[in-house]
Order: sequence, then structure tokens, then C-alpha cells
Amino acid sequence: MGLLRNLIDQLEKLDSKPTSASTAKNRLQILVSQSRRDANAPDYMPRLRSELLEVIKKYVQVNEEAVKVNFEKDKDGIQEVLDIQIALPDKN
Amino acid sequence: MTEIIVVTSGKGGVGKTTSSASLACGLAKAGKKTVVIDFDVGLRNLDLIMGCERRVVYDFVNVVHGEASLKQALIKDKRFDNLFVLAASQTRDKDALTKEGVGKVLEDLAAEGFDFILCDSPAGIEKGAFLAMYYADRAVVVVNPEVSSVRDSDRILGLLSSKTKKAEDGGRIIEHLLLTRYNPARVEKQEMLSIADVEEILGLKVVGVIPEAPEVLQSSNLGNPVILNEESDAGQAYTDAVARILGEDRPMRFTSVEKKSFFSKIFGG
Repeated sequence: MGLLRNLIDQLEKLDSKPTSASTAKNRLQILVSQSRRDANAPDYMPRLRSELLEVIKKYVQVNEEAVKVNFEKDKDGIQEVLDIQIALPDKN
Repeated sequence: MTEIIVVTSGKGGVGKTTSSASLACGLAKAGKKTVVIDFDVGLRNLDLIMGCERRVVYDFVNVVHGEASLKQALIKDKRFDNLFVLAASQTRDKDALTKEGVGKVLEDLAAEGFDFILCDSPAGIEKGAFLAMYYADRAVVVVNPEVSSVRDSDRILGLLSSKTKKAEDGGRIIEHLLLTRYNPARVEKQEMLSIADVEEILGLKVVGVIPEAPEVLQSSNLGNPVILNEESDAGQAYTDAVARILGEDRPMRFTSVEKKSFFSKIFGG
């Protein structure tokens, strides 16, 4: 019985629109995690990103948003990682 | 030992001065020798909320510039013998305060034997706000359950952990969240961020939750901080917050719709 109730609740949740409070929460969580990451990142990050972009452009046609550079720390906050993502254009 | 507490928020209008006034009265009532300083140079308001606006002769800037002694500028509260107000200057510009000058005044206040120095920060993240937080041992970050206030609080928390003397010396400020203008009925309808939401987003527990209540405005009108209105939910919530700041463990009250009606059933409120 409880299981069924649970299932119905779940289904209702899927059906209903997100509430304004939950939308607010999601938007804030994205912003806050971004700002905290940026706050810890070294000052050279924007320059590093634009120089990387220049180098990649010599070889591949990519747009401005193709290069993403994130500065991250592992769970223990000891190991620092530069996470570089380069999106290559679709092959047509 | 003197403890310096900054009451800050980033965003304006969330209840910094209202909270500073009530926390100061609460600490004094708990027997702590307390002074509350208005750092909002040019936009003095703490004196009004504390109800001592007609007794301001000298202000914080006068003391920093050596134009008045601390004794002359400290306004003794009429309700508590151990509570004092240091008003902001209404005429000077915001550059009237310096880091060294503020540091000297705080040192002198510590030498006077104050238990708590409350620094009521101006809104924003400019010099006044920076100076209000710089020497703090603790911070009370006042936040409303509303997107812009929560975002600004995150920004302020970042500054507290990097731009303060404690941080420069390799230490860490004790941070508290004070959630104000909380409306349990709207939270229940899921049209307002809940306590848990705000705590989760900012990664910090609340030290108090002040319900949105008509008595808050009434208290400002009268110049009698709402904590002194012992009948009101908001006043009692501030009293709880003060107790928690002093290390006491108290359950949250007035944070849900049911609970409120339960209390009003018992106390007829």
C-alpha cells in the first residue's frame, strides 16, 4: 500500500510543473557553484583560455565557446585540476 | 575578551540595521556589555531604529578623526545600562573612514571592556562594507529567502573568507546565516525558498529565522527594536538567535504554519 502511494506521489511529481521555489533553488545552485569555482580559480584563467583558443584555431575551425577551462579541486581539496574541454565542430 | 561581530548582507533592505539593533539589545539584555556601530557613513539609520536619533552629538567619523573622544560619542541606551550606540556621520562621504582609524577605535572599545562590538555594515561591497567586516571575529549574514539576496550573500561569504584580517592571518571568521522576512505559509505553497533550500545553496546553517511580521515595522516606527516586543514572534525569534550566538542550543520556532497555530493555541497569540 505504502509502495503504491509512493509510486503515485512520484508520478504526480513527474506530471506537475516545477514550483517557483524549486526553480529559484536550481538557478541559485548553478550560480553559486559557478561563483565559488571562479573565486578559487587562479587569475591567469581568462588569459589561458584565450591563448588556448588561439592555438586550437590554428588547426581546427572552432568558435569562441568551444574551449572551456575549469579550475577544480578534488574532494579532499588537495589536488588541483585544470579541466580543459574543447568541443570540435561536427563533421559534415 | 572582546568579540567583534559584523552584521552584513551585500544586498540592501534585507534587515541588517533592524537585525543589528535587535541583536545588540538581546546581547545587552543577556548581560553582555555591548556597543553597536553604524558603518553606513552618509546614510545614518541605526540611531533611528535604536530610538536615540535626537541624542547624536558626535559620531563614529568624529572619533576616527580625533574630533571627539569615544566617551563623548558613545550614546548610552535608555533601556540598558550596558548598551551603547556609535552613530554614523550623516554629512561626510564614505572615504571618511580608514582601516587604521577604524582599527584604533575598535581597539579602544576593547580596552573599555566591551564584550561585544556589533558592526552594522552598509549595503554593497564598497569601502564601508569592507571596513565593517575587516576586523570581525564573526559575521552574521542577513539573508531573505529571495534569489538576489541569496546570491549576494554568497558573494559576501566569499569576501568574508578572503578580505578580512582573520583571513589574512590564516584564520577563519565564524559565519552565521540569519534568515529574515521568512513566510512559512508561502514556503508551504512552494513559492518561497525554504530554510533547508537556503542552507543547502549557501552551505551554511541558519543561526536564526525571523518570520515576516507586522511588529517589525511597528518597532522601527517606535524606535524600539523588535526583540524588546516579547509578545511578537519576530522578537522571540531574535531572542533565540542571540541565545544561539551565545552558544545555546535552541530549536527553531515560527518556521512552519502548523507550529505557529499550535503555539497560538497554547498562548492565545
